[in-house]
Amino acid sequence: MNAFLLQYLPILVFMGIAAVIGSAFLVAAFTLAPRDPDPEKISAYECGFNAFEDARMKFDVRFYLVSILFIIFDLEVAFLFPWAVSLMKLPHNTQVFAFWSMFTFLFILTVGFVYEWKKGALEWE
Amino acid sequence: MDLQAIAFYVLSAVTIGSALMVVTARNPVHSVLFLITTFFTCAGLFVMLGAEFLAMLLVVVYVGAVAVLFLFVVMMLDVDFGSLRSGFARYLPIGGVAAAVLLGEMILVASAVGDRGAAVTTHYGASPYSNTEQIGRVLYTDYIYFFEAAGMVLLVAMIGAIVLTLRHKPGIKRQVIADQTARSASNGMRIITDVKIGQGIDA
Repeated sequence: MNAFLLQYLPILVFMGIAAVIGSAFLVAAFTLAPRDPDPEKISAYECGFNAFEDARMKFDVRFYLVSILFIIFDLEVAFLFPWAVSLMKLPHNTQVFAFWSMFTFLFILTVGFVYEWKKGALEWE
Repeated sequence: MDLQAIAFYVLSAVTIGSALMVVTARNPVHSVLFLITTFFTCAGLFVMLGAEFLAMLLVVVYVGAVAVLFLFVVMMLDVDFGSLRSGFARYLPIGGVAAAVLLGEMILVASAVGDRGAAVTTHYGASPYSNTEQIGRVLYTDYIYFFEAAGMVLLVAMIGAIVLTLRHKPGIKRQVIADQTARSASNGMRIITDVKIGQGIDA
């Protein structure tokens, strides 16, 4: 066991406790709770009517657009993290280069951002 | 057996088990939830390899964003649970071939690594720089072309998603506050005189 992985030991302990507590509640609910199923008791209830349709319904494609735009900017931010951590520790000539390489990257994505703004992809009608 | 080995075996067992459940679960929403478990445990395995940054990226990007995208896609497809199993036998041969090719490749890689050792051995703890900093030292200078190419790929993905999915409904009325405040009495009001009894007026 080395010092690097020991830093993650609290997370491991946390996950262990979470797994124990989570499974304990599940097991307790299955074993201790009274179970007396009845067709009326377990059927879906919809304001006194029988259920009209499946609860799952088709989502609008616009959710997909919002989600994929979120992923793209998420990845953009992911590229910013190593840059922010290492930039000030680079030697000076490569530092300027790395600074402008990131700004070129950001400019490319800003072109896309302006495009989506102008197309109205951020509007929700 | 030390803690590291226990953690590795637990994480890999959960990864393989939940990956199997992704394929075999009846409900596609459950498949996506098992996929999230797989991503989490893979992040744990990356941490054990010393690839901290990759592990955190897996949690942020895959668990935080890609899994949500998959859920939306699953909900959007409006799949019929009954007909899901029908194509199983039909797609079995081609799926089996793809799986066999992948398995052969993995055995080749594993045996090569076993013979000669991995190309780059990780020295976690040995390097004075953290994992994220090591990436940052080379990504923006030595590998700038790949970095900018990644930016172009993201741009293409953004434009492609907008071109493919953006549909504006015609005839939607939006509030334009500038137009509202620009109205004055002279262009917003009209004084109507001599309206005949029993007749309406045009707007």
